[in-house]
Amino acid sequence: MDLLSKYDVLGAFWVTVQLTFYSAVGALIWGTILAGMRVSPVPLMRGIGTVYVNVVRNTPLTLIIMGTSLGLYSTLGVVLTTKSDKDLLFLPSNNFWLAVLGFVAYTGTFVCESLRSGINTVPVGQAEAARALGLKFTQTLGIIVLPQAFRAVIAPLASVLIALTKNTTVASAIGVAEAAVLMSKMIEFDSQYLFLIFGIIALGFVILTLPTGLFLGAVAKKVAVKR
Amino acid sequence: MTAAAPTPPMIRMAGVDKFFGPLHVLKGINIEVPKGQVVVVLGPSGSGKSTLCRTINRLEPIDTGDIEVDGDRLPEEGKALAALRADVGMVFQQFNLFAHKTIIENVMLAPMKVRGMKEPEARKLAQQLLDRVGIANQADKYPAQLSGGQQQRVAIARALAMKPKVMLFDEPTSALDPEMVNEVLDVMTTLAKEGMTMLVVTHEMGFARKAADRVVFMADGEIVEDSTPEEFFTAPSSDRAKDFLGKILPH
Repeated sequence: MDLLSKYDVLGAFWVTVQLTFYSAVGALIWGTILAGMRVSPVPLMRGIGTVYVNVVRNTPLTLIIMGTSLGLYSTLGVVLTTKSDKDLLFLPSNNFWLAVLGFVAYTGTFVCESLRSGINTVPVGQAEAARALGLKFTQTLGIIVLPQAFRAVIAPLASVLIALTKNTTVASAIGVAEAAVLMSKMIEFDSQYLFLIFGIIALGFVILTLPTGLFLGAVAKKVAVKR
Repeated sequence: MTAAAPTPPMIRMAGVDKFFGPLHVLKGINIEVPKGQVVVVLGPSGSGKSTLCRTINRLEPIDTGDIEVDGDRLPEEGKALAALRADVGMVFQQFNLFAHKTIIENVMLAPMKVRGMKEPEARKLAQQLLDRVGIANQADKYPAQLSGGQQQRVAIARALAMKPKVMLFDEPTSALDPEMVNEVLDVMTTLAKEGMTMLVVTHEMGFARKAADRVVFMADGEIVEDSTPEEFFTAPSSDRAKDFLGKILPH
């Protein structure tokens, strides 16, 4: 079988890995900020957080990713790459980062909601003790509540991360050359191997996601807070 | 006309009312606690004594009335409130030690994060305080590895690390196994002897007799009696206090 030598499968999955990595880091940060807003004592912050999460979480991801390309770049001229627009790599690079932005915006809402359920596992007394000692809201959240909340939701966060890994295939909608784009190309030119092609791509994703789940499951057990 | 302004009481509550929904939990509370005094608040459960304790550092906001700590009116939420809380130590029924931090980290945390103390200095202070409450050799364990009595002594050390002007104790021994009550009360008694201003909500009559300067008896959200321990235990004036003492003292 010369499929693997004919097509750059590793290269395509490498793009998938990069998409996943940058999106995951961004989504964790953005999700944490959103969770902070949703439990904030300031009603305006809570309102903004709630509206954002409910709108973005319920919007189809394809629409968001298309929106970053057609809306942000084509219409509003948002450029997220340092490459010049005369460069051949300009569009691929810009689309890559636009896709990352879309994934962060979308996945952040799921991170936020996981974290919020984690916050609910932290006894109220923990935050009360922190406040009684004179810690400010951000300190109480950042030093006492969130670290305990994170430990409680590592397993559900792993699910979010796995979903994100697979969701990166949506970036093919704006031409980011990741695994799904490669799959379409393989099917187009070698359609007689259809099921084999499906198998290769599916296996690729399992190789990426299975260890993530196992690893984070082990971490969750190890760092669980004893009460 | 030259008399110096009298020093303000450490705690002053005037006309304080508090509702939980339709439930009137604090009814027109007036009380002053002078500096250095140890006040024990007694009363049946549901009398509002815990709520009273928690309003003083605004863990429970009040509906009407005034609360002053050391002459300063209790601020609304925000930086000023955090600053006031830093000066008011609080010990909880459930200890509330930070579960993901070691014992010594629990004690060091607030001095570093709130007072801006450097780490070596905070560690030294924490070690001294843990030594004082007799837990120095457990410094690197996590709260869940300690007994209830030990955890509560750490909680006292954690509050003392902020060098508070006043200490609030919200039923500090109610969640403890009986054999651990005394180790906590001993620490509190020592603290009282050293002149700390304390407001202690408790069911420990022995502590009230031994360490209190004053006993406040609450029932149904009101302060019913306010007297010395001697007077309260031997000659309570209200029927409700007599009833309360009648139920608990024979045992």
